[in-house]
Amino acid sequence: MTPTERPAAPVDVRIEGVELAYGTTRVLKGIDLEIRPGEFFAFLGPSGCGKTTLLRLIAGFAEADRGSVRIGGTDVSGRPPWKRDVGLVFQSYALWPHLTVAANVAFGLEERRVPRPEIERRVQAALELVGLAHLAGRRPSQLSGGQQQRVAVARTIVVEPKVLLLDEPLSNLDAKMRVSVRRELHALQRRLGLTTIFVTHDQEEANSICDRIAVMEAGSIRQVGTPMELYERPANLFVAGFLGAANILDGTVASGAFTLAGGARIPLAAGAVPPPGAKLMFRPQHASLAADAPIAGTIVHREFLGATVRYALRVGESDVVVDVPFQSGGDLHDVGAHVGIALPPERALYLAD
Amino acid sequence: MSARWRTGSPGQLLLAAALASFLFLFLILPVATVVYVAFTEKGTGAFTLVNFADFARTDLFVRSFWNSLYVSAMTVVIASAFALPLAYLTTRFEFRGAVLVQTLGFLPLVMPPFVGAVAMQLLFGRNGSLNLVLDDLFGFKIGIMEGLNGVILLQAIHYFPFILVNLSTSLRSIDRSMEEAGQNLGAHGLRLFRRIALPLAMPGYIAGASLVFVKVFDDLATPLLLNVKEMLAPQAYLRITSIGLADPMGYVISVVLIAVSVLTMWLAARSMKGRDYATAQRGGGGLAKRTLGPREAAIAYAIVILILLIVLAPHVGLLMLSFATVWSFSPLPDGYTLAHYTRVLGESSIYIKNTLLYATLAGLIDVVVGGIIAYLVLRTRVPGRQVLDWAATAALAVPGVVVGIGYLRTFYDVKLPDGSSLASAWIVIVLAVAIRRLPYALRSAYAALQQISIALEEAAENLGATKTRTVRRIVIPLMTGGLLAGFVTSFATASVELSAVLMLVQTNADAPLAYGLYVFMQTPAGRGAGAALGVIAVLIVAIGTWLSQRAVDRSQRAHGLDL
Ligand SMILES: Nc1ncnc2c1ncn2[C@@H]1O[C@H](COP(=O)(O)OP(=O)(O)O)[C@@H](O)[C@H]1O
Ligand SMILES: [Mg+2]
Repeated sequence: MTPTERPAAPVDVRIEGVELAYGTTRVLKGIDLEIRPGEFFAFLGPSGCGKTTLLRLIAGFAEADRGSVRIGGTDVSGRPPWKRDVGLVFQSYALWPHLTVAANVAFGLEERRVPRPEIERRVQAALELVGLAHLAGRRPSQLSGGQQQRVAVARTIVVEPKVLLLDEPLSNLDAKMRVSVRRELHALQRRLGLTTIFVTHDQEEANSICDRIAVMEAGSIRQVGTPMELYERPANLFVAGFLGAANILDGTVASGAFTLAGGARIPLAAGAVPPPGAKLMFRPQHASLAADAPIAGTIVHREFLGATVRYALRVGESDVVVDVPFQSGGDLHDVGAHVGIALPPERALYLAD
Repeated sequence: MSARWRTGSPGQLLLAAALASFLFLFLILPVATVVYVAFTEKGTGAFTLVNFADFARTDLFVRSFWNSLYVSAMTVVIASAFALPLAYLTTRFEFRGAVLVQTLGFLPLVMPPFVGAVAMQLLFGRNGSLNLVLDDLFGFKIGIMEGLNGVILLQAIHYFPFILVNLSTSLRSIDRSMEEAGQNLGAHGLRLFRRIALPLAMPGYIAGASLVFVKVFDDLATPLLLNVKEMLAPQAYLRITSIGLADPMGYVISVVLIAVSVLTMWLAARSMKGRDYATAQRGGGGLAKRTLGPREAAIAYAIVILILLIVLAPHVGLLMLSFATVWSFSPLPDGYTLAHYTRVLGESSIYIKNTLLYATLAGLIDVVVGGIIAYLVLRTRVPGRQVLDWAATAALAVPGVVVGIGYLRTFYDVKLPDGSSLASAWIVIVLAVAIRRLPYALRSAYAALQQISIALEEAAENLGATKTRTVRRIVIPLMTGGLLAGFVTSFATASVELSAVLMLVQTNADAPLAYGLYVFMQTPAGRGAGAALGVIAVLIVAIGTWLSQRAVDRSQRAHGLDL
């Protein structure tokens, strides 16, 4: 009966055609998403792009102007928050300061009229699950940030919600804690098998623990995919730039090649069909420097990073970064040197905004 | 030079000393005298507890003590019953009635409870309008204005806004995620309010409730006007006025009043310790307000209208009484007349003149004393400035009766040049009233001064202005709005102070309006005139409150302090 003993059959979440505006500001502009049962899913995007709003919509705290939310096949749009069975861990944790840790965790079970002995057992089990059973009698204000976060998670999962929503759960922790807590969260999610949505603006967080990611920008979803897919095959310049370092160069497509503003020609890889208005995108580690390479640039800065040497170059009007593996005894290029950038055609991606 | 300013210039020290003497003479000394008399033997001056033993042995006093406690506690209960639904409705729902609550709900603060006492008896008393109608239709009467009940109802009507304001402020400052977390876990509606919002707003509730308790426990005028004598404050008054200044019981009762006030405040502060949740919360905002369904709205309006009807009853009754020819043993007055107003504005206009004079002087004293203390505390390092602040604030815990008794005893033997006693001079009334209002004026002064950035003053000094000139040219002009607000608040409430005044008025010619009202209300024939005086008092206070609000708004706009 505790979360550990009996993982409920996971459910899917479908968001269809959701539009939401506050006054004249369109905060969500036609969101379509399918989150699979048991998946650890991330909403990733810069601050203010609508991630929290979308999460609140699923939890019932915001109402869509159009579109629907289905949880396990049931349309829950129009249902109040207290009838949704969706667990939300607030960014601020929202632990009630007037209740002890145990009372905070017991709250949802009490609201569900669970018999007292069972409440006690399940609270105990949930606190053990997050490793805080020994702090049951404390007040939230007597806990550290990481402990508060775990209480908030315990309080939410103890009622065995159908879906777990985490709103920037790591943002109030210091950098060191973040890495360990995100691993705990991941392990916990795997153990519970609970469909989970994780909101973050930090691509590293999303990449490290999530199965799939929806990248959001200004109220729209720009791409959905696994972290590897998003990195290797970004659908547009926004996604390419948001996940990892990206070099972006202007140019035109003509007769099987991409011609840069400076005149250099990159032959298109077989089957590559650049969209209209496409720019060239490549990752720093995919290019190399050579005297006779086609893209001419000038080195403006050099950083030794250990395994690699990072060169910042000026190419025409654009800045380009190239990471070169460091070989001991190998020659380094000097700042001010004119060099060429070599790029294998299959590493060149042609993306529009 | 600058170092000397930091420890206080001779001028500042002189000001501090002058204020210290003022507070000592007119607050500390009278209160200390009362305490001293209560604990000493008559004649010898030896320490004794015999007076307290007498108090505890006298049935009447013990009964009065329990009555006072009961009335205060029940007032808190009834006032909470008014305030809770109103706070819940106005802070948690999109509710048009909220404006109604905000405006009408605060009306009682404009009128001290004793003013409406007689009107309430005419409406709800044994032979009042309600009971006459009930008796006629159903053959029974209800005793809501009988004895202690009347005091409780009247006090609750008057004081519930203190709870409402404090509770609503607390409710509004709760981080919205606190309640959303509750909803997310399955709670909603009243249950959510009871389990999450209300406990989190408890500090605000306790602050309001303890204030109500203390005010009611100390109040003299309301029970007296309802002819309820078996309570502590009336007993103190009656002992002093009927037996004389030498009788120790009035002093003993005074000490009990002070002790209960201080104990209540202390208990309230202690129970709030560690519960100041507001500071533990991020963000702000309060839960998104919900719109009411039609059935809910009907219930909500019914509750609000019922409460407001009760709350407005004394005002309406007073107004009717002031225009009534005869109103006795009938649901409504027999006829209407302007005669009462002609009378009080004519032969009794001395009451109004005295009130305006006293209240103006009291307001001025409060603003000057409060303003200087605020300046000394916030802007200088004069030694002992905290003691000034503490002493002025301590006036909160001193009941009006105690101030009255203390002044009589302390200044009785001080002879004026013409041979009369200082205790019988009208200026003493002004001082008593001013001291009672000082804590409030001090708070306005603090607020006004805190809004002025120290940088503005430093800029003036940097440009060569001395401290004194900086105060005159920068600080006082910028504080004008706040000081004016403090003045008007003191003025308005001073014009209806009765508890301290009752003791100190020696002749009718020196009496203010509140006293006149009290005298008129003693006889059935004087009620109409008393009510007319009451209406005038309400108008004075209402206009004062309105002016103070305007003064604050204006000065904030003028100085670009958008708060
Ligand atoms: N209640 C509201 N009223 C008006 N605008 C809002 C409200 N809530 C959010 N917004 C706006 O919607 C946008 C998205 O907000 P949010 O979902 O919190 O972004 P994120 O969580 O991605 O940082 C922001 O521009 C924000 O200002
Ligand atoms: Mg957010």
